[in-house]
Amino acid sequence: MAAPDNVRLRLETVRLTALFNRFAAVQEVSVLFPAHTVSAIIGPSGCGKSTFLRCLNRMHELSQGGWVTGKVLLDEVDIYASDVNPVQLRRRIGMVFQRPTPFPTMSIYDNVAAGLRVNGPRPRREMDEAVEQALRQAALWDEVKDRLRASALALSGGQQQRLCIARAVAPQPEILLLDEPTASLDPAGTQRIEELCHELKRLYTIVIVTHNLQQAARVSDYTAFFYMGRLVEVGRTSDLFTKPRVEQTEAYITGRFG
Amino acid sequence: MTGLVALLSFTAVLALVLIVADLIAKGASSLDWNFFVRNPVPAGESGGGVANAIVGTVIIVGIAALIGLPVGIGAGLYLAEYGSGRLGFLVRFVADVLNGTPSIVVGIFAWTWMVKPVGRFSALAGSAALAILMIPMIARTTEEMVRLVPHSLREAALALGYPRWRTSLRVVTRTALGGIVTGCLVGVARIAGETAPLLFTALGNLNFSTHLGQPMQTLSLQIYVYGTGPFDEWHRLAWAAALVLMGLVLVLALAARWVTRQRYGSAR
Repeated sequence: MAAPDNVRLRLETVRLTALFNRFAAVQEVSVLFPAHTVSAIIGPSGCGKSTFLRCLNRMHELSQGGWVTGKVLLDEVDIYASDVNPVQLRRRIGMVFQRPTPFPTMSIYDNVAAGLRVNGPRPRREMDEAVEQALRQAALWDEVKDRLRASALALSGGQQQRLCIARAVAPQPEILLLDEPTASLDPAGTQRIEELCHELKRLYTIVIVTHNLQQAARVSDYTAFFYMGRLVEVGRTSDLFTKPRVEQTEAYITGRFG
Repeated sequence: MTGLVALLSFTAVLALVLIVADLIAKGASSLDWNFFVRNPVPAGESGGGVANAIVGTVIIVGIAALIGLPVGIGAGLYLAEYGSGRLGFLVRFVADVLNGTPSIVVGIFAWTWMVKPVGRFSALAGSAALAILMIPMIARTTEEMVRLVPHSLREAALALGYPRWRTSLRVVTRTALGGIVTGCLVGVARIAGETAPLLFTALGNLNFSTHLGQPMQTLSLQIYVYGTGPFDEWHRLAWAAALVLMGLVLVLALAARWVTRQRYGSAR
């Protein structure tokens, strides 16, 4: 499992505003996600954190009335520039959603291979290796290696979510976006995913949206606090949780609101 | 309340059971090898079969399906994927109206455009009429089935870098495939029993014919002619033909059930 050559890669937003028609769900957010770190985005429901995340791989514009202003720089190239193909771009940025979304008609193997096949056919052996590697990265290989041809729906919720992580990392993306990936999982499943975050940051730059403050504290290197569509504070997770600079952040992390 | 519902569902099932029982009682005794492989014999003679009608049904329904299924499925996919605008609304409205159009009207329509100008009845005109009946049915079922696929699956595919058309085909349509195939089989079964539109188009034929430009017999037409005829022998054959037709429809319905059970987790 050699680390892909993306050490210098980083993701940055510059005055990013995300709108639904005329309503700005995210306003003027400028933040930097350093390579090979886990960054958590926290904030109360409706603060725009999921919308913000969906701007990072241009999924937001697929929503009804969704559009953005500002920039998102992936390794210093604006992904909203007119010569960037959003479909190609999404292959470089993996995403995992709140609820597990395995493709129900596909086997476990085919689910993981789905993101690889979109780039054209590959030799069988190469594909097998890529699928195994992705499943190992998602810590699912040992549980499914004897039933790769079984339906993905035969897996438990936690396994399905790890399958979705395997599917997202199989094409070796540069960035991994996790949108409340443990929201529908039990504590054991949650713990597995959190451990994965630690391991996967060697290979990818991870941005995770979470409702759960303890989770943010456990998995992330950096934390950004969103409120009412604005970025209130961002910093090292250890700093933000122990000595927040902004009153609102302190109120939120001590549970006084939100 | 439960008792009432049970009674009503019992009534619904009873109708089917009575029909099938009646068909078997009156038709089964006439089913022999000759019935399937021989053509009708002149009135008054005994024996003879309905081979021409069976072959005719397969040909006419087959061609109708060949025309109707691709158009219907295509229209359904369009409605589900892109049908939110005014054109989608229009197509959906037209399909619903066409769905409610009496089949005999469709028969007259096909007669006006495909029989009258040519000056003779033809199997092809029959297929066209059946296809017209089939298209709105298939289109609406396909649309419903595709809409049942959760939005999150579509998003997951798009987030993997699937182009939109490929998301539609590889993920959304494939997930809905079981339901779509069921809808198609049910649609084919529906038109297999149609009689009225064929009276104006395929007309019927007492001889064996596979010529598409000529009148052709089908089971439903055979039942109509024999059932309303004056001879006991004909009545006997009509019952048998009805049983065969019923069996054909039943087989299609069973196939539909079987298909939906195949492949893990198709839409339903």
